[in-house]
Amino acid sequence: MIEEKESSNNIMMDDREVIIHIKDLYKSFGKNHVLNGFNMKLYKGENLVVMGKSGSGKSVMIKCLVGLMQPDSGYISVMGNEIKLLDRPTLDILRSEIGFLFQGSALYDSMTVRENLEFPMRRHKEKLGNISDTTPLVIEALESVGLADAIDLMPEELSGGMKRRVALARTLILKPKIILYDEPTSGLDPITAKEIIELMRSIQKKYGTSSLIITHDVDCARVISERMILLVDGINYAEGTYDELVQSKDPKVEAFFKK
Amino acid sequence: MSTVKPISGGIKQFFIEIGELAYFAGRFFKELFRPPFEFKELLRQCYHMGNRSLVLVMVTGFIIGLVLTLQSRPTLIEFGAESWMPNMVGISIVRELGPVITALVCAGRIASGIGAELGSMRVTEQIDAMEVSGTNPFKYLVVTRILATTLMLPLLVIMGDAIALYGSALVENFKGNVSFLLYFNRVFDALDYRDLIPATIKSFFFGFAIGLVGCFKGYYSKKGTAGVGLAANTAVVFTSMLLFVIDFIAVFVSDIFYDL
Repeated sequence: MIEEKESSNNIMMDDREVIIHIKDLYKSFGKNHVLNGFNMKLYKGENLVVMGKSGSGKSVMIKCLVGLMQPDSGYISVMGNEIKLLDRPTLDILRSEIGFLFQGSALYDSMTVRENLEFPMRRHKEKLGNISDTTPLVIEALESVGLADAIDLMPEELSGGMKRRVALARTLILKPKIILYDEPTSGLDPITAKEIIELMRSIQKKYGTSSLIITHDVDCARVISERMILLVDGINYAEGTYDELVQSKDPKVEAFFKK
Repeated sequence: MSTVKPISGGIKQFFIEIGELAYFAGRFFKELFRPPFEFKELLRQCYHMGNRSLVLVMVTGFIIGLVLTLQSRPTLIEFGAESWMPNMVGISIVRELGPVITALVCAGRIASGIGAELGSMRVTEQIDAMEVSGTNPFKYLVVTRILATTLMLPLLVIMGDAIALYGSALVENFKGNVSFLLYFNRVFDALDYRDLIPATIKSFFFGFAIGLVGCFKGYYSKKGTAGVGLAANTAVVFTSMLLFVIDFIAVFVSDIFYDL
């Protein structure tokens, strides 16, 4: 299991431990400069929402965070481990501490719900104590999202909301310390979106995870955020609580909260 | 000038793609011998590609054998050479038609399937999800599929050859009153290892090409559903072209060995 490094990278601020630290992150695709020096800190146990327009680089940032994309430059540290310095096996171990809920759920089409949940356990048996029977863990994760009955169903048999719940159960299966949510409510009807938000809150309470939520859904941000960052033109344009930002007179900030 | 530029751009793009494909193949060999090995997934892919292509290959082989014999009979009769029918059909099927037709059928069935499957996995972020969960998607998805096609294609070719010869024997039995025993005796008399070995080796390369191109096109599929369709389509076109290039090289090389 990867340990949280006791180094200068693991900064203690306001008596809270920084679990994710992004500094001066740059990423371009040809002439399209998506991230232009983005900075962010996620504290332990915190729910941080990063909001931005479509195409503002939110998903790019989150993918750089787990090593799915290489930034052009900048510093990214997760639990005190600088991502670009990690070799593949160490990165994989670190990834077991990070749950990632993808925008479209990203369930494996050719596998049942059970197999989808068992898949992340293949490479992290040591973390789970080398257990031979994974069924209790699968059932526990499915119960925490209220879908224990769906264990033998195929993803195609699930509704959009159910898929999102199963994907959430899959992120929980390795008992991560951090959960990254990429647009958790996109494509869902308002009622299902509300259910997913409630589920995210209950999971955070139950497992004590730190959460980074990427969204452009203001309602989601209002309910779940403890702190928010507005990503505009590739930088963290504004930062604060929901109430602080909603009262801002800055036109670019106001644009996010206009009904 | 206006037409020269797009043509040169197209040629440049073609060579870039060949380079990327070569790099992809290099990565396959690098990952192939590096643990962990995905045996379970390999067996699943062998089943999918072998078993599910079998009927198609058998039907195609049967028809090829049947048609080849029916079309050749009048000409051979005209020259009084109908007794050479088993020799001619046997050699053409085992050396050339069996491997090439089976590979082309599999290019349509398997390469497009792999291209579409991996392309859709890329678009729906399933490949990213796999990577994040600590599994090397290249090893799990690409290495197993290329290995499965490389191992399965020679078996499918053998099956296709056998059925094609049976189709041919059926025609000879009906039209020329040649018994199955006599027909197959003549076929096996005509064939030797110089026919079988190059054809079998060629089949491994065909299988490798089908898996390689299908995986390459799907794995690097551009975003969007249109990209998935394009990946499936170009996988078939590119594979078919590559099969003929491999066939030409294989025939050329085996011809050199015959002359030695």
